Amino acid sequence: MEQADLRRLESQCVQEETPQCVAACPLHVDAKQFCKLMAQRRIDKAWQVLAKTMPLPGVLARMCGEPCKAACVRQDVGGPINMGTMERYCAENAKPINPPKPLPARNKSVGVVGGGFTGLCAAWELARRGFETTLYCSQLGEGLPPFPEGVLDRELTGLETMGVKIETGFDASVSFIRTLIGDMDAVFVDSDVLPESVRDFGAPDELTLGTQEHGLFVSLQGEDSAILQAATGRRAANSIERFTQGVSMVTGRELEGPYETRLYTNLDNVQSLTSALPERDCSELDVRDEAKRCLQCECMECVKSCEYLRHYKFYPKVYARQIYNNESIVMGTRQANTMINSCMLCGLCETVCPEDFSMADVCLEARRTMVEGDKMPPSAHEFALRDMAFANGEKCSLAKHAPGTDTSDYLFFPGCQLTASDPSGVEAAYADLRNRLGNVGLMLHCCGAPAEWSGRVVLERDSMNDLKQIWESLGAPKIIAACPTCLKSLRAGLPNAEITSHWSLLRVLGIREDSVSPKGPFAINDPCAARHDVVLREDIRSILDTLGADTVEPELSGETTQCCGYGGLLSEANPALGMHVAAKRAEAREEDYVTYCVMCRDMMAKTGKRALHLYDLLYSEVNDPAARPSPGYSERRENRVRLKEHLLRNLWREEPNSVAELFESIDVSFTDEALQRMEQRRILKSDVQKTLLAVRESGKRFVHAETGHYLTSHRPVIVTYWVEYEEQGKSYLVHNVWSHRMHIKGVKS
Amino acid sequence: MSVIKVPEADSAGWSCANCNVELTMQHVELEYLDSLFNVELPACPQCGIVLIPETLALGKMNQVEHLLEDK
Ligand code: SF4
Ligand code: SF4
Ligand code: SF4
Ligand SMILES: [Zn+2]
Repeated sequence: MEQADLRRLESQCVQEETPQCVAACPLHVDAKQFCKLMAQRRIDKAWQVLAKTMPLPGVLARMCGEPCKAACVRQDVGGPINMGTMERYCAENAKPINPPKPLPARNKSVGVVGGGFTGLCAAWELARRGFETTLYCSQLGEGLPPFPEGVLDRELTGLETMGVKIETGFDASVSFIRTLIGDMDAVFVDSDVLPESVRDFGAPDELTLGTQEHGLFVSLQGEDSAILQAATGRRAANSIERFTQGVSMVTGRELEGPYETRLYTNLDNVQSLTSALPERDCSELDVRDEAKRCLQCECMECVKSCEYLRHYKFYPKVYARQIYNNESIVMGTRQANTMINSCMLCGLCETVCPEDFSMADVCLEARRTMVEGDKMPPSAHEFALRDMAFANGEKCSLAKHAPGTDTSDYLFFPGCQLTASDPSGVEAAYADLRNRLGNVGLMLHCCGAPAEWSGRVVLERDSMNDLKQIWESLGAPKIIAACPTCLKSLRAGLPNAEITSHWSLLRVLGIREDSVSPKGPFAINDPCAARHDVVLREDIRSILDTLGADTVEPELSGETTQCCGYGGLLSEANPALGMHVAAKRAEAREEDYVTYCVMCRDMMAKTGKRALHLYDLLYSEVNDPAARPSPGYSERRENRVRLKEHLLRNLWREEPNSVAELFESIDVSFTDEALQRMEQRRILKSDVQKTLLAVRESGKRFVHAETGHYLTSHRPVIVTYWVEYEEQGKSYLVHNVWSHRMHIKGVKS
Repeated sequence: MSVIKVPEADSAGWSCANCNVELTMQHVELEYLDSLFNVELPACPQCGIVLIPETLALGKMNQVEHLLEDK
């Protein structure tokens, strides 16, 4: 990621943009924070929020005309938040606080002419910035309404505490102002207090309030709203600060007054709630309830829908920076590796984001960069990639024309996971397709999604090339794919192929007569690969309709469906989070799920949720297939191998020619505990067999004094496997297994 | 290179089945991703086979592997 990419990504996410009310406030009072504290009844703290930003807060908080209301997002769901009333309540009831401590003295003097609210505010802002400020006026607080005893005096005392010198009894004239300009570094004049004479200096500039007279700043005439008068005072102080520093008077001042903000706040799930705040004499509970109506505006659309984003506690703007930093590390720990490898690449964030931010793109790109720079943690995807290689190896992969034919009009591509989880379903589906369409070839192969997800561009390209060659060697028939991920990968990798989903075909051809008529009701689970495939999603619903299934939808469904936790290899790179995501998805509906991605089905099954694949309804002979557990990793491999052998023998009358490897002859069984650990620890039966074969040859093993169990280890390639076992005649009973990646080089002599 | 001691490396009950002797703590060289470690681990004093107990493999060792992978 280049720095420019980071900047672009950071500005794409609007989560940190200013809330509407704050942007609309001429002084940008933090109304959101104010409401948050008021809702917690922390009135004194809330008052500090106001006083931090407002000049003469005790006066201004009682007079603000609340322009923020027109911008408040609550507007359409019960009416805007009544900031003015709450501010007044706060001013009357909170513990008074001292005026702000001015910045260190700048040794610059400024004269402020006019004792109206604008002049008072300008003096306040100038003093606060460390200017030596003198206020000249005929009368302090000119034009202000009457306030309760002491309110105005308190703020005037505050002005003096901040160092403002106050000279009353002046009737300023043009010549007086000219003298001031000569004596001081800058002068500000409230034009409402001195309407005639200031015209001599020309109309002030709207942005800077500067005049033709060097060093003289004048307010625009006729401003009678207190909050805008305060904003004028601040603008004048900002101008004078720039003027005395000799920097540009105009650049970067867009955010001084009210401005447009890009913050997006979704109101879809917001209940309308009207205000119950009385205008006068409100109680603390009244204001608390009003403050509670504040939506605490933010975006977080993606985080609300994605468990992965939620898990890492922030939002994409922050994540983009973390990923950028992760890439920039030369020495030290790359803290974000697991985070990068945990995104399911499911595309939900982009769909719900008002700015189309795609975390998937960012994470996939980051993975590619890691692979390219040889920085990808080897353990993250190795197991999944080994599995992909196995599915494409000679034991599992197959490509043939239909039995008895030497051409194919169609080619059935069930995908490596469906064959792993439901081999008999695949066999039945293939038979059904041949029955109806005739020349349907079969290809057992992986579509290459794991290579893509792991960021291995070269592997992805090579495996797609292999697949293409095989497909072409069969005469480039029309491909029928059943798995939504295969459909997506094949469409991207074989742009010239005609590819249709098994589901579209079934919709046209109709379903097998003896399909199970389901009980239901079922909740439809769209896999994330079908997010942008409207046709596919409709096909599924139409088939379920034909089956007479009673269906409901989870809240996040169709285009906004949630991933099951397998996508992007999350469940491999971060198994705990994968299971958490799956469990959350499982919880989304009480009904049994019906889905058309077998990984979704198996992920749900792993959490204990009852879930069906559509093949279970169309092609299963199992009783209660929704209760079928997810097959373990070893079983998945064996299912693929056996399916190939079985089909070769029964359909093509061929003997499988793959030679059995020696380790396969090791007769082994496992305790339940050992089986469970093998799943958790990603250890295959074949790994155990290889280890037992190795000890048979080397004899190197430990023995336990109490249990009599043996313990041995073996490192076929990179991982070292440990097997604790018992000998039972010629066979083995395995009690425990574990593994590590560190290589034991040996005892140092 | 200093020798790392790991309390997890408990080999209680295990002995070398081949040589029929108790294990002793010995200096063992471990390697992962171009990093070498010298660790005190239970091993057979005669044939030199090294034992990595489950707690060590899944605990400390796993942490160090991840740390090295993220370097
Ligand atoms: S709901 Fe709250 S944060 Fe949002 S605009 Fe209104 S006052 Fe501001
Ligand atoms: S898991 Fe899906 S929704 Fe969440 S960040 Fe990744 S692509 Fe976006
Ligand atoms: S949806 Fe997410 S990425 Fe998009 S603007 Fe909101 S917080 Fe940022
Ligand atoms: Zn020995």
